[in-house]
Amino acid sequence: MVPPIDYETLRVIWWLLMGVLLIGFALTDGFDLGVAALLPFVGKTDEERRMVINAVGATWEGNQVWFILGGGAIFAAWPFVYAVSFSGFYLAMFLVLAALILRPVGFKYRSKRPDPAWRSRWDWALFVGGFVPALVFGVAVGNVLAGIPFRLDSDLRSFYEGTLLGLFHPFSLLAGLLSVTMLVLHGSAWLALKIEHGAVHDRAKRFGQIAAVLSIVLFAAGGVMMATMGYGFRMQGAVDPAGPSNPHMAAMIAAPGAWLDNFSAHPLMLLAPLLGFVGPIIALVGIRARREALAFGGSSAAATGIIATVGLSMFPFILPSSIDPASSLTVWNASSSHMTLFNMLLVTLLFLPIVLLYTAWAYKVMFGRVTLQDVRTNPDFY
Amino acid sequence: MVDMAVIELSRLQFALTALYHFLFVPLTLGLSFMLVIMESIYVMTDRPIWRVVTRFWAKLFAINFVLGVATGITMEFEFGTNWAYFSHYVGDIFGAPLAIEGLMAFFLEATFVGMMFFGWDKLSKRQHLFTTFMVALGSNLSALWILIANGWMQHPTGSRFNPDTMRMEVTDFAAVIFNPVAQAKFVHTVSAGYVCASVFVLGVSSWYILRGKWVAVAKRSFTVAAAFGLASSLSVVVLGDESGYTLTDNQKMKLASLEAMWHTEPAPAGITLFGIPSMEGRETRYEIKVPYVLGLISTRSLTGQVAGIDELVVKAETRIESGIKAYDAVEKLKVNRTDLAARAQFEEHKLDLGYAMLLKRFMADPRAATPADIQKAAWTTVPNVPVMFWLFRGMAGLGFFFIAFFGAAFYMASIRRFGCANGFCRLFMRAAVWIIPLPWLAIEGGWILAEIGRQPWAIDGVLPTFLGASSLTIPQIWTTIIGFTALYGTLAVIEVRLMLAAIAHGPIEDHVPHQPAYPAQGEARFQGYAALPAE
Ligand code: HDD
Ligand code: HEM
Ligand code: HEM
Repeated sequence: MVPPIDYETLRVIWWLLMGVLLIGFALTDGFDLGVAALLPFVGKTDEERRMVINAVGATWEGNQVWFILGGGAIFAAWPFVYAVSFSGFYLAMFLVLAALILRPVGFKYRSKRPDPAWRSRWDWALFVGGFVPALVFGVAVGNVLAGIPFRLDSDLRSFYEGTLLGLFHPFSLLAGLLSVTMLVLHGSAWLALKIEHGAVHDRAKRFGQIAAVLSIVLFAAGGVMMATMGYGFRMQGAVDPAGPSNPHMAAMIAAPGAWLDNFSAHPLMLLAPLLGFVGPIIALVGIRARREALAFGGSSAAATGIIATVGLSMFPFILPSSIDPASSLTVWNASSSHMTLFNMLLVTLLFLPIVLLYTAWAYKVMFGRVTLQDVRTNPDFY
Repeated sequence: MVDMAVIELSRLQFALTALYHFLFVPLTLGLSFMLVIMESIYVMTDRPIWRVVTRFWAKLFAINFVLGVATGITMEFEFGTNWAYFSHYVGDIFGAPLAIEGLMAFFLEATFVGMMFFGWDKLSKRQHLFTTFMVALGSNLSALWILIANGWMQHPTGSRFNPDTMRMEVTDFAAVIFNPVAQAKFVHTVSAGYVCASVFVLGVSSWYILRGKWVAVAKRSFTVAAAFGLASSLSVVVLGDESGYTLTDNQKMKLASLEAMWHTEPAPAGITLFGIPSMEGRETRYEIKVPYVLGLISTRSLTGQVAGIDELVVKAETRIESGIKAYDAVEKLKVNRTDLAARAQFEEHKLDLGYAMLLKRFMADPRAATPADIQKAAWTTVPNVPVMFWLFRGMAGLGFFFIAFFGAAFYMASIRRFGCANGFCRLFMRAAVWIIPLPWLAIEGGWILAEIGRQPWAIDGVLPTFLGASSLTIPQIWTTIIGFTALYGTLAVIEVRLMLAAIAHGPIEDHVPHQPAYPAQGEARFQGYAALPAE
């Protein structure tokens, strides 16, 4: 059977869906990460911290599936990307996984004992579970933009030649900090929306304003650095967008500055970075004007714009190789087969709407601000 | 050539993390369904005590569930981190069930579990029962999809090797999903989870009954566990994994090795109850056999033959020889994609390509193999026979024990013998507490059996395990093995302590009363257990 949608179109659709997944992750689980990173700072007493935790208590678990699905969907649609990136970033992945393991346990076990030392340990575990993944994800994106030191042999086995410390250079650190401020902004906007007016609410808003300003500054600095450091790669010669998924079949070269090419070729794409700047401004305005829903919309727009900017600047590249550009993975050479992409599209079209539907129901059931009264009396609260 | 130390460490890490993940999974699979049963009784009878029962086991469920989730995160990414070539080589087929699992199962269970814990006052009774059911459905669907993935590794249908992309690609998606091996595994594995949860609930309830604490809750839980456990233990044994063993040479090898059957016997083969298998001597000593049984179980007929190890090794040699031709064709196609002769040669031998790769353990280029090399490689297709032999007997023995055990429990529950001042009843209740670890032993043993029995293949007949690993360094893998062990070890200690504390604490809920949205059902719980209706 030949699928009714052609291979090239399916590849572009799956590139877009990968963007939807990453943005879905940032918009949902992103605020859980931000909230966890803020926990020890916006909550001073045990009750305040419990308010913060319960502001995400009933929904973080579903949100986390965006991350898990991210892994699964990249495996299914871009097996090369799954294999090369996670084995390449091996120790960094371990840091992320270890931190993310602390998070579910922290949420659930913290309230099981009244002992203050016990609770304070879990508070810091939760902080690690929010801060470390946010930072490492950004650092990883910074490295992808700069190019990753891997090569493929003739069996298409990948060999990675970098080190853990090599991942941290000025540009990737900047990207890491941007990722942290972006998610902290999102987290504080959520807290402003979800927690009753009072001390915690006020502190969340203060952190939100700082994070909004820093996001703008870091995003601008990142743009400047990208232009001056001369990152970028380019395809060379004839490329068959419907060809077999085998990087050895087309030529690719390092082309300093090429990451800006897409924006000059298609000025409409500039909407993405624009959103990356306008989003935090809206969030800032929303926080100051006590319009919390607007602030949350702004922080969502910020994350969407920033992630879309990265994706668009690299298209069609997904994982460029810094030591052997000819091994780079692109939309045209790293996907699953025609049939798998089509089957998985059908599955996604069937199930994603259902998922969105019951997720919306869950948020509706849990609607309303968390109050101190709740924390004191509801036996189901963490 | 491949660095075997990297392979061994990667296997060690995968085994450790998967076995650890699977400490929590079976209890989740079973307890979620038992919660549905308990809560259904509550909704149907409207008796507050069933609400107490449900909420008590839900509390234990939560402590266990969260570690299943936390350790599952590692599993989802471990194929990429540690088995990168495996992920590239079969991702086109293998990735799909994992993605569908996330979309169809994890979202379902994770979204509804929040409402299950937090929704008692926000949902109507029926709505809440619905959320509990969705959690059970979600976790069981997740088992279905991951076992479709694992079943495909045992019996890779619906796919072929594509020399243009140097990997396996899907040809028949339906064959992957409706894989008979995956279905047998699913039934067996989830039933094992139900047995596990039943033993757990039965044991804890017996402990309460022995102490004379929370007897009203314990009696009811005991009854649910006895009935559910009897059905599940029958299902785990009757619907065991026998089907599917004759599908491929490698599955036949698995059957032969768990039976330690070195030579093909005239049909129908007997089953060995006891024996001492030896890898070096390639024989099994001191056998005690029951005639006919094995042939009946594995071929469901009196005439079907069960192949022996020796014969299967000879067959593997032929397949290696044919595989070398396929390998040669692939190497030619790498240089020139339009080489028609090479294509034809590939088409003729492609099903044996994986067998040539077994030689890569000894040499970089399988085409240089001598007949002695080929024979050596053929013998690597035999898994560790003594380990297989004993694990299988341990698990099956426990299976029959559970049937007898739940039979007795069911009998006691039906004649309502809970007084237990002395005698058999008391002995039984004590035993019920002590056997709580046994289902975990059977389950972990079952997985080790299934996975060791698949060796040397990662994908049966397609990709040897030693080729699947990522190109990592030994210090890198040691770092993560030590890191995961330390983290998991700490969490295990914490979880067991919390579990024991929650059991010791019992079903009371000591919180200040507040105004619930549905006052009628809120009543019983804040007054605690003492105010429950008398027996
Ligand atoms: C979908 C795939 C899949 C699934 C559901 C499982 N495994 Fe597995 N297992 C693998 C895929 C795999 C693997 C990636 O293919 C490994 C690594 C090395 C190997 O040969 O197979 C493996 C190895 C492996 C080993 C080591 C065997 C050896 O190297 O001799 C053990 C003990 C287990 N697994 C146990 C489990 C447990 C307890 C599971 C339940 C969660 C489990 N496996 C599910
Ligand atoms: C080795 C492959 C496996 C992978 C990659 C994997 C992945 C995962 C992930 C990511 C989660 C967390 C989901 C969440 O957040 O809700 C999870 C939980 C779960 N997994 Fe696994 N898993 C594996 C093996 C298995 C097997 C073989 C089964 C069933 C037979 C299973 C059943 C479950 C269940 C029921 C849960 C729910 C949480 C819990 O157990 O407490 N998993 N798994
Ligand atoms: C007479 C009883 C039993 C028989 C004949 C039996 C048979 C088997 C066989 C042959 C396998 C290997 C499957 C493979 O090769 O892929 C297996 C695996 C397994 N068994 Fe059993 N078993 C029995 C009882 C039990 C019991 C009592 C439990 C747990 C409570 C259990 C849990 C498992 C698990 C978790 C696996 C691994 C998953 C799988 O491969 O399905 N089994 N069983």
